[in-house]
Amino acid sequence: MFIEFSDEKPIFIQIAEWIEDAILAGRYEEEQQIPSITEFSVACKINPATALKGINLLVDDGILYKKRGLGMFVAKGAYEKLRSKRKEMFYENFILSLVKEAKRINIDKNDIIKMIERGFEND
Amino acid sequence: MIEIKNVTKDYKDVRALDNVTLTFEENKIYGLLGRNGAGKSTLLNIITDKVFPSQGEVLVDGEKVSNNDEVLGKMFLMNEKNYYPEAMKVYEIFNWTDKFYPDFDLVSAFELAEKFKLNTKSRVKALSTGYASIFKAIVALCSNAKYILLDEPVLGLDANHRDLLYKVILDRYATVRRTIIISTHLIEEVSSVIEELVIIHNGKVLLQDSCEKVLSSGFTITGKIQDVDEYINGKDVISTETFGGLKNAYVKGKPQNVPSSLEVTKLDLQKLFIQLTNDKEGL
Repeated sequence: MFIEFSDEKPIFIQIAEWIEDAILAGRYEEEQQIPSITEFSVACKINPATALKGINLLVDDGILYKKRGLGMFVAKGAYEKLRSKRKEMFYENFILSLVKEAKRINIDKNDIIKMIERGFEND
Repeated sequence: MIEIKNVTKDYKDVRALDNVTLTFEENKIYGLLGRNGAGKSTLLNIITDKVFPSQGEVLVDGEKVSNNDEVLGKMFLMNEKNYYPEAMKVYEIFNWTDKFYPDFDLVSAFELAEKFKLNTKSRVKALSTGYASIFKAIVALCSNAKYILLDEPVLGLDANHRDLLYKVILDRYATVRRTIIISTHLIEEVSSVIEELVIIHNGKVLLQDSCEKVLSSGFTITGKIQDVDEYINGKDVISTETFGGLKNAYVKGKPQNVPSSLEVTKLDLQKLFIQLTNDKEGL
């Protein structure tokens, strides 16, 4: 199985996020075709309506588009769009909670910055 | 569309179905869920006119099913019972079915047999429980009927074969859209495959809704007993369980203002089902 589903979110959202991750990782490039609804359905053992719902989320966001009779393709500019969306989420999901936790256990700003620098060195 | 209208079925002193009214729409995959003896098989047998209702009627595409060969030809029931001549070999039954069902996909039947490593030269009576299920499921899925009814299709199948069968069902469904009704008590497994959910219990319909709606109708919350109790106070709680100082609560509605000490996950369909169909038994 290519996608391991977790219990935390609805499956259609996890399908959309999997495609987003694959685009961000360069596995699907702009103007490249992604797997069909049927392929997602059979490979992931999910109802095609669920796969369609996930893919439609990305169509609405302008990440994917449909070529009539051919299938779904990654839109031009999708990578940049996703990167800025994820950057925004990075602030919400990581930085805000990092600052909150740091305040809770009394780590000051300079210490955090040092830690971040250490993190980059060790990566 | 299959319409079941006020169907009741009495066997001597047992009421197997009690005033059931249900609709199965076209081109959707349904999960028909219920405990042993809930009335699943009786319902499927009544739909396909193998058993007659004590009251009520079944309409398929607007026509009554009773003694209506044309309507019955639109449906194919994979039954727990074996209606095939036991001395016949698998490939003989494939060929025989092909003669009687004009839409039968003989090529796919042999391909699927190969995929499941089902020996088509084997006699039907020599098949193990698992392979008997696989054989019957293949015939049903290749019937290309407009309505395919699968009664406990994964009975006796190991995990690999169950996995393969769900994929085959979805693959056949992708090739030609049709209505597929899967009766089972293995809920968690089919929950992602089905689009609509029907739960019957003690001969009555407890719930009919889209699977996704049901899953999003509630959530699971986990944490320390005291924290969970505090959070669920005044909320619509389906059920709870405790283990080692932790508590799980299944709550209706959307999670709101959840403190960071608690963890939110999806509703567990199996747990909901057990709760809905629990007749106060157990330890």
